[in-house]
Amino acid sequence: MAAEREPPPLGEARQPELEELEDGEDLFTSTVSTLESSPSSPEPASLPTEDISTNSNGPKTAEIILDDDREDLFAEATEEVSLDSPEREPILSPDPTPAITPVTPTTLVTPRMESKSITAPVIFDRSREEIEEEANGDVFDIEINVSDPEKVGDGMNAYMAYRVTTKTSLSMFHKNEFSVKRRFSDFLGLHSKLATKYLHVGYIVPPAPEKSIVGMTKVKVGKEDSSSTEFVEKRRAALERYLQRTVKHPTLLQDPDLRQFLESSELPRAVNTQALSGAGILRMVNKAADAVNKMTIKMNESDAWFEEKQQQFENLDQQLRKLHASVEALVCHRKELSANTAAFAKSAAMLGNSEDHTALSRALSQLAEVEEKIDQLHQEQAFADFYVFSELLGDYIRLIAAVKGVLDHRMKCWQKWQDAQVTLQKKREAEAKLQLANKPDKLQQAKDEIKEWETKVQQGERDFEQISKTIRKEVGRFEKERVKDFKTVIIKYLESLVQTQQQLIKYWEAFLPEAKAIA
Amino acid sequence: MEEPLEMPPGEESKPCSLSEELATDPSLQVEISDAVSERDKVKFTVQTKSSLPHFTRPALSVVRQHEDFVWLHDTFSENDEYAGIIIPPAPPRPDFEASREKLQRLGEGNSTLTREEFAKMKQELEGEYLAIFKKTVAMHEVFLQRLAAHPVLRRDHNFYVFLEYDQDLSVRGKNRKELLGGFFRNIVKSADEALITGVSGLKEVDEFFEHERTFLLEYHARVRDTCLKADRVMRSHKSLAEDYIPISVALGSLGTQEVRQLQTSFLKLAELFERLRKLEGRVASDEDLKLSDLLKYYMRDSQAAKDLLYRRLRALADYENANKALDRARMRNKEVKPAEAHQQLCCQRFEQLSASAKQELTDFKSRRISAFRKNLIELAELELKHAKVSGTPRNLAPLPGAHPPPC
Repeated sequence: MAAEREPPPLGEARQPELEELEDGEDLFTSTVSTLESSPSSPEPASLPTEDISTNSNGPKTAEIILDDDREDLFAEATEEVSLDSPEREPILSPDPTPAITPVTPTTLVTPRMESKSITAPVIFDRSREEIEEEANGDVFDIEINVSDPEKVGDGMNAYMAYRVTTKTSLSMFHKNEFSVKRRFSDFLGLHSKLATKYLHVGYIVPPAPEKSIVGMTKVKVGKEDSSSTEFVEKRRAALERYLQRTVKHPTLLQDPDLRQFLESSELPRAVNTQALSGAGILRMVNKAADAVNKMTIKMNESDAWFEEKQQQFENLDQQLRKLHASVEALVCHRKELSANTAAFAKSAAMLGNSEDHTALSRALSQLAEVEEKIDQLHQEQAFADFYVFSELLGDYIRLIAAVKGVLDHRMKCWQKWQDAQVTLQKKREAEAKLQLANKPDKLQQAKDEIKEWETKVQQGERDFEQISKTIRKEVGRFEKERVKDFKTVIIKYLESLVQTQQQLIKYWEAFLPEAKAIA
Repeated sequence: MEEPLEMPPGEESKPCSLSEELATDPSLQVEISDAVSERDKVKFTVQTKSSLPHFTRPALSVVRQHEDFVWLHDTFSENDEYAGIIIPPAPPRPDFEASREKLQRLGEGNSTLTREEFAKMKQELEGEYLAIFKKTVAMHEVFLQRLAAHPVLRRDHNFYVFLEYDQDLSVRGKNRKELLGGFFRNIVKSADEALITGVSGLKEVDEFFEHERTFLLEYHARVRDTCLKADRVMRSHKSLAEDYIPISVALGSLGTQEVRQLQTSFLKLAELFERLRKLEGRVASDEDLKLSDLLKYYMRDSQAAKDLLYRRLRALADYENANKALDRARMRNKEVKPAEAHQQLCCQRFEQLSASAKQELTDFKSRRISAFRKNLIELAELELKHAKVSGTPRNLAPLPGAHPPPC
């Protein structure tokens, strides 16, 4: 199928294509081996209807060996961008900058860093093996920390700035260790950019942490109480997890926006993320429209795999939600228990003070101390309950929503394809009618339209197949990650519960002799 | 609902530790061998074994209700002969309301619960009901046993009637007037006490009593506070136990439906939560028995001790007044003889009271100490037992990837 792509005429076709990217165009490109080739460098591989380059060594895509089990999925061979193509300038513009993700034509998977920026020419000089070697050594060697929340500014315009530190040996970054200051809306901006670029073609983009007007207002207003410190800590941890998940994704890791987010000291303010901005309202409207559309699309699912997965994720979603609600109740009650235990400890201490029999008085004071320590334990356990268990569940509920979104995009893609087919059919009928009516000039136009729609149908089919392929891979990767995540968390949580019990044993064992000493 | 319940011979349900002599004193042994819960009353079967001549038979068995116990207590506390004795506090009214309500709400068919959850909750609530039942029986039994152990109180006529009369005592519960009367009497009492000690400047001559008074006032307040806080802790433990139910059920169902690699993990976690639930439930009930009940009992007992001190103070005031009256009489040289007699009476009464009160208060202290000792030891031992059972590393070892916790 891919092999049938005909290189469209260069030049004029290019510009308009860029704009069409919004509609879920194909990010799929063939590999580059054209690095050495023509100077009149061709289009970015991502442009939809074009073959990567007319200079391509033939459609390599036919030889793609897609392997669901491999973790490093995509090689980024650069499709070189000619430096004189004007559309390259606004690299970091809010327009969707399609990432180039060619599929390896060989069995070797070589993730490579990719840049459409001026560093691009460097890639020309590297030999393929070199690139592969370096890439293999680098895989996922990147560690992100979000720390030091700091309040900047005052009053309602205040915000929290977080330090994002990256430690990596990946060569795509300029340094091995660097850090920048970012605020919450920057994270949202990053996610928004990545989502616009990748979601509609089937990549599961990790969702950003949620906004919280109440929480943030408290912080802004300057309430220095434990609930606002808790809120900031919760957010910090969520942002860290978000970034870690995002960089784990091999495709997203290559994205220049992500790199800019991690590296550059100044970031243009992402105003589109505000809820009440024009973009925010547009988002809400789109969401509503999507929901309506989803209900009306009836897809003929020919692939049982997708149906199965849809069902599976639906189930998982329900169960995780239920569990999450229960765990949240647990956290709340454990905190209550901790507070009550502390109150009891104080009261027991006072009772011990008023008791006039010395040994009993001492024993009661000891009891009070034990209870205080137990209260500490409860607090720590509540902490674990929440940060280890509850937040994981929350994260995965949101991630599954992203998965469902991606499946929905596939449906939309299918719908588009079907619509194109219907339109083509109509055009053909119109042409037939015109033929009978014998209007030669209109006939030509009709024939042109038919050609146009034929291409669209083909593209639609290709897109659909591409997104299906991508989703399969993504889901495979996602499931792997999920299993790993859950296992780690469950073990950690189990250990925390066991730890608590063992500490309890120590405390009571220390108290027992005191009780026995009451004479 | 009808629930005949066999009383377990266990000691654990007794809130205050009676010295072992009580149980084995052959001259008078009282126990509640059985109890039945009917719609809104509990019927206790009181069995007595005695070698005392008063009783017609060596072994007796009667059925009594809570009101009968309260009546018995009131006859003691209103009897001036026993003014110098700490009257054992009456057992609290059996209160199944909260538990019954919960069971009812559960039974009304809450559709958000799965069958498994429902079964577990029902189990929890039934356990709770049973625990309350056992406690109330224990409280009533302790009351009787203290009476039986007290050298003076055990000889009371009403006590014999209570133990022997095989018909229904038909003790009318206090009607509103009497309740109100009782309420007013309490107010009068505290006002009186304030008057005696404050305004009239009654000097306490005896250091022992001065100390006891200060001590008891503070102690009583503190015990009351600690008791309240202990109750709250216990309730928190209970609600935690209830929280574990839906979690372990959800984990279990995730375990069965999940991908193969995650199944064991989820199931293990579900199992742990189930164990934790039972643990929390037991911790809650042990803290209830060993701590809450203990504190409650001594709250009431210390109140009874305070009452004793008040009565003595009253007697002292009477004595002082009699003294003053005698002086006045002597001055006027009128009715000296009756004043003298009255004064003698008051003096005697006061001295008797003081002597008896001293003994009682000393007993109270030693009772208190041994009760606390016993209960605190048992509490610690139980907590240890529970923590050890649920936290054994052995149970978690098979989980792949888990590091065995440091032993």
